[in-house]
This record gives sequence, C-alpha cells and structure tokens, in this order.
Amino acid sequence: MHIPDGFINAPVAVTTGVIAVAAIAVAVKATNKKVGEKQIPMMGVLAAFIFAAQMLNFPVAGGTSGHFVGAALAAILLGPWAAVLIMSSVLVVQCLIFQDGGLLALGANITNMGIIAGFCSYYIYKGIDALLKHSKAGALIGAGIGAWFAVVLASLVCAAELAVSGTSPWEVVIPAMVGIHMVIGVGEALITVAVLSLIMATRADLLKLQIA
Amino acid sequence: MKTKWWIAGLSIALLLAIISPIASAFPDGLEKVAEDHGFIDIAATSPFSVVPDYTFPGVESEAIATILAGILGTLVLFGLGFGLASMLKSKNEA
Repeated sequence: MHIPDGFINAPVAVTTGVIAVAAIAVAVKATNKKVGEKQIPMMGVLAAFIFAAQMLNFPVAGGTSGHFVGAALAAILLGPWAAVLIMSSVLVVQCLIFQDGGLLALGANITNMGIIAGFCSYYIYKGIDALLKHSKAGALIGAGIGAWFAVVLASLVCAAELAVSGTSPWEVVIPAMVGIHMVIGVGEALITVAVLSLIMATRADLLKLQIA
Repeated sequence: MKTKWWIAGLSIALLLAIISPIASAFPDGLEKVAEDHGFIDIAATSPFSVVPDYTFPGVESEAIATILAGILGTLVLFGLGFGLASMLKSKNEA
C-alpha cells in the first residue's frame, strides 16, 4: 500500500506530511522517559520483524499480492504511540534506502499505515479484549479483528487521498482499494494472531509492555 | 544458556529476510488497482537510488541481491528501533 510519488497532489502531500510530523512529535512526547528495559529490544525486534515480514508478499485473488503491514502487532504489543514511531521508522527506511514509497508521499504513507492502522487496531483490540473479559481467546479475536480493520481502514484513507488528488474517481478507487484490502486484511489478521499466539505460548510476560 | 527472547525475535526477522526471494511477484493491492484503473504510469521514479526494489546493486544473482537487501534493512531497523527506544528510556532505569 506504499504510495509512490506522483499519485497524490501537493495539498494532500503537505496535509498528510503535517499530520505525520505532528503525530511523531506527540508520540515522542507520549513515550519519552517511559520506555523500560524490556521495551527497548522489543522496539528493535518489532521494527526489524515488520520490515522483513513486509518483504514477503503473499498471493491473493486475481494476480494480486498483499503483504503484512504490522501496525496492529506493534500497537497491541507496545501501544499506539510506540507503533507510530516503529511504523514511521520502517516507512522512512523503506523510502530512503529501498525506494519503496515516495519521498513526497512519505507523510501519507505514515498517516495510513502508521497512524490510522495503529490507532484503529489498538482501540478495536482493547474493546474486544475488555468485552471478552481479557481472556486469551478474547485477546486473539480482538487482535485479528483489529488487524483486519487496520488494513481495510488504511486502504480506505489511501483511496480517499488518491481521489482528493484527482488521480482516480471516488466511485472507482474506493471500492477497488477497499475490496482487495478486505482480502489482504485476512492475511494481516492471521499473521498478527500467529505472532501473538507464539508470544503467549513462550513469553506471555512480553504481552504487558504497552507504553502510554 | 537460555537464549534471550529478543535474539530469538531478531533471528526470526533475519530468517524472513533470507526466505524473501520466495515472495509473490504479483503487484500489491495499490499497484494492481493503479494498473487496472490506468494510473500506474503517473508514478514518479525516485530521484535517488540506493537499494531500489529490495535488490542489492551489483549482485548478479537476483535471489542473493534480495536476501542481502532484506538482511541490510532488517539490521538497520533493529538498530533504529533499539536506538530510538534507548533515547526514550525511562530515567529510573540506568
């Protein structure tokens, strides 16, 4: 879902750029002096894992592939503000070193895959987890549904950015983007649940590291 | 000796980077929509090029070039995440 340069116009690039910078500033403020001994390597491992997992495109319907985003996993493990920092790190490195995602579109990509995906999944996860009385199954169901919505909502906002930019008409790009990402989101949900299950089974204490 | 959990986590990430040549080459969701609806051509190519398309430059084998790019990115991001978190460390933990 990495937007290349050329797909969004200057007003959309500037607006999302301002949103991204503001969110990163708030994220630094929200997490500053709150990162503990176990959370430091967790941020490193999550950034590394999300980068590597994003390389592994999996085929979905009709000659299309999808890949893991990871914002939900980061938000569930370390909280939404740390997730914004982790996703921003991944997206900046992908843009600057690997030419994946445009430089002028970096703000839009951080907005979609970092901020929208991170916060959306976090609150859905928290809601379902509380509703199901903080059981193991409840946490995993919440994580799966949160991860699915994270990808779908990010694709909706991405499509809106393209439509506002005049790149593709609303009635075309919204259903096309949301439709395919409803399928890709299933992969996101499965990977997120699988990773959380592995942590639950081996180091359940690592599930309690949310910052802010 | 028990392996530290984060070494296990980083190893899994590196393993994913090593198997990354098996990734599907199909266009991703956004690329496919852009192809189907005729706006893929307005994508601008980057004005700079470091490790484009996750392929390490100057390496003949595409698979090895992809693996090297994956390992590079995985290590850079581990360092960046770890470094960033260290800067945000709580005061009471030396």
